[in-house]
Parts: sequence; C-alpha cells; structure tokens
Amino acid sequence: MNNQTSQGPPPPSGPLSSATPRASDNAPKMQYNCADCGTENEIKPKEPLRCKECGHRIMYKQRTKRMVQFEAR
Amino acid sequence: MSHNRSNNAERLEQLRTRVKIDRDGVNSISSSDFPFHSSNVYPEFDSIEIFRKKLKIKVIKKSQFEMEFDLIGVDAAIANALRRVMIAEVPTMAIEKVYIYDNTSIIQDEVLAHRLGLIPIKVDPDLFYFKHENERPTDMNTIVFKINHECRYNPRAREDESDPKQLYIGHNLLSSSLIWDPKGEQAERFTDNPIKPVHDDILIAQMRPGQRMELEAHCEKGIGKEHAKWSPVATATYRLMPEIIVKEEITGDLADKFAACFSKGVIDVVEKEINDEMVKTAKVVNPRLDTVSREVLRHKEFDNKVELTRIRDHFIYTVESTGILESERIFIDAIHIMQTKCSRLLLALENKLKELEDERNMMSLDDV
Repeated sequence: MNNQTSQGPPPPSGPLSSATPRASDNAPKMQYNCADCGTENEIKPKEPLRCKECGHRIMYKQRTKRMVQFEAR
Repeated sequence: MSHNRSNNAERLEQLRTRVKIDRDGVNSISSSDFPFHSSNVYPEFDSIEIFRKKLKIKVIKKSQFEMEFDLIGVDAAIANALRRVMIAEVPTMAIEKVYIYDNTSIIQDEVLAHRLGLIPIKVDPDLFYFKHENERPTDMNTIVFKINHECRYNPRAREDESDPKQLYIGHNLLSSSLIWDPKGEQAERFTDNPIKPVHDDILIAQMRPGQRMELEAHCEKGIGKEHAKWSPVATATYRLMPEIIVKEEITGDLADKFAACFSKGVIDVVEKEINDEMVKTAKVVNPRLDTVSREVLRHKEFDNKVELTRIRDHFIYTVESTGILESERIFIDAIHIMQTKCSRLLLALENKLKELEDERNMMSLDDV
C-alpha cells in the first residue's frame, strides 16, 4: 500500500514561510457547527478538524446566507 | 268545482315557491321562475319593479368575524353566483413572494413560504393595485414584511427545567414577528392603521436554540380563484329557509314527542284552548333553527299532520370573514363585482349586435 495515502497529504517541500501570502489567508473564515455539542467553530484550511469545546471530530457546515426565492403557494 | 280550482292554484303556487321535503327524498327542487315555463306569455315577475318590491335583505346576526343574513326574493342562480364571487373573486392582499436569507429551523423553506402565504394581512385591498406579470414592485402594489428571528437558551432557567417556555427564548415564531417595512409613501398612507397580520398569535414555526430565520416577504393583491389564500372568507354558505306546516293540531303527549323531533327552539309546547279545554299543543316558533332532519316523517302518528318544505327564494347566508374585510363589506364587494361582470356582458352583446347589423347592411348594399 502506498504510504502517502495512509498518512495524508505529503509535507510541503521547501521552507514554509509565514510571510508568503496564501490564497486561504484572505478566504472567508468558515464557520462549522460541532455535531456533538453544537458550538460554532471557526476552522481555517489545514487546521485539524476538532471542536474547541468538546474535541468532537464531526462538524457540520453552516447554511449559506445566499437568498433563495419562493412562491408562497 | 270552484273549490277544486282554487285548490289546484294553491298546489301550483306551492310547487312554484317551495321545495318539498318528503320521507324518502327532496322533491320539486328546480325553480320554474323563468320565462315561458308554464305559458307562452312573457311573465310579469320578470319586470324590474316587481323584483325590486320582492327583494329583501335582513341582517340576522353579526359578530366580529361572522354574519348571518337573509336574502329574499332572488333565484338560486343569483344567490349562488354571489356566494361564489364572495369565495373566489373578492380581492385581498396576501404574501406571494418569500425571499429566504437564512432558515435553519426544521421547517423546510417551501413549507415555510406556503405557511406565510396563508396568514391573513389586515389591510384594505382597495388601496392597492394588482401587480401584473412582469410589472415591477412599487409601493402601490406590494407590501414588504421582514422576519429576523433567533431562538436562544434562557440563561435564567432553572437547571432541572423541562418546560420549553422557561428553557428557551423565542422558541415559538408567531405572526407578530412579521415586521412591516413601509416603502415609498406607505408610511404616510397608513399612519392611522399600520399594516399587520389580522392575528398576532399564529404559530409559524417552533424553534430550538441556535436556529435562525431571516427572510423578506412580499404581499400582492389577488383573488381566491388564483389561490385560496386570497379568499376573504373562511367560508360563505347559504341554505334555504325551512318551513314546518302543521296541518292538524298536535296535542297532549304527542306535542312533546313532536317537539323532540326537531332541533331545540323550533317547536314550543303551549297551552291552547280547544273545545273549551286547555290542552298542550305544539306550535312552530322558530323554523330557522331546524336542521331539517326529517325525523318527524319517520313516525306514523304524524302522518298527514305535518308537511316539511323549504322556501325556494329565501336564502339564509352565513359569511365568515377571515378578518381582513368586514363580512358585510365582502357581500357588497361581491355585488359590485357581479355588476361589473353584467355590464361587461351587456357591452359585448351590444357590440355583437351592432356587428351583425353592419354585416346585414353590407349584404343589402351588395344586392343593389
């Protein structure tokens, strides 16, 4: 079995500089709800999936605030 | 012989003006009050003066939402047309478009939109125009409502509390949460009676902490024919006035039995002097209350003593408003709508006649 698939993505090659701007830095912060305790969590890309309150590892993405139109019929 | 003739005339009159309620069914249902039914002479009952004299409207009961009134002296066709216009063609305002920004409650968006549509909105529809297709919303054809609601835990609830009323804040989303957002000149036009739902306590959704609802709802003018949410009546019905004809005095214990055959209050048992003797006698006091159950016709002892009928041109209307319009206003609006329909039909007929005449003139010109 391929080692890489079992251990997740390969570590980035080369020096990881905090000064290099990355697309995910100015991406909108995503809010997730913990499936266990329901608290809101802000998780950035590459961050571990873990509830800051209870440590649960299952998260729900929140509903988009995009408007949806309906006919009241 | 003359007696027989008057008897026949009486029977004919009975057939014309009454619906017969028999043991095994309802007979003589159809109206015969139309031209050339029984003779080839144009009947006089059709003249407008006679109709005016015959026509009567009496209000019997009026409460906040419901009204009972009698319409006497019209054909069933007209009575039924008015009933149908009240249900399907008197306009009101109702929520038609819902723009949902957020809804995390367990009630689905489309179900929520449907529920919002059914909430009666207290506003005079005459102050708005119909919004036609592809027309842009303006302050003259659209009313905007907003909901921005969130359910939270009650921080002051006891630890062992189990009652949702104490445990949560805002767990019942009611129609009072529909906040009117005046557009254009609406704020000035409706300063005296701000627009809001008829009832403040209609439950829209139940919620739990963390659930949110944010939406905008647009009301438009419409009629019940398009969708029942625009119908101004909870329902409008009519029935014919019942009539109980006692052909022979019903006395003694039979009178009590007779009274028990009808709804409460229809028959009174009174003391009456018959052959210098006071006897209990049944007397019809309020046939309006009767349900016409025909129970009395099941008992042999009342055979040929009683006759049940309904008066063919006496309509008892019950109009229950949804609270947007007063019940009497709904009936008057319905009459105006009928008038418009009639004059439109007359105009169309006149135009058609003129067309035919022109055609005939053209043809006669061709002949020359």
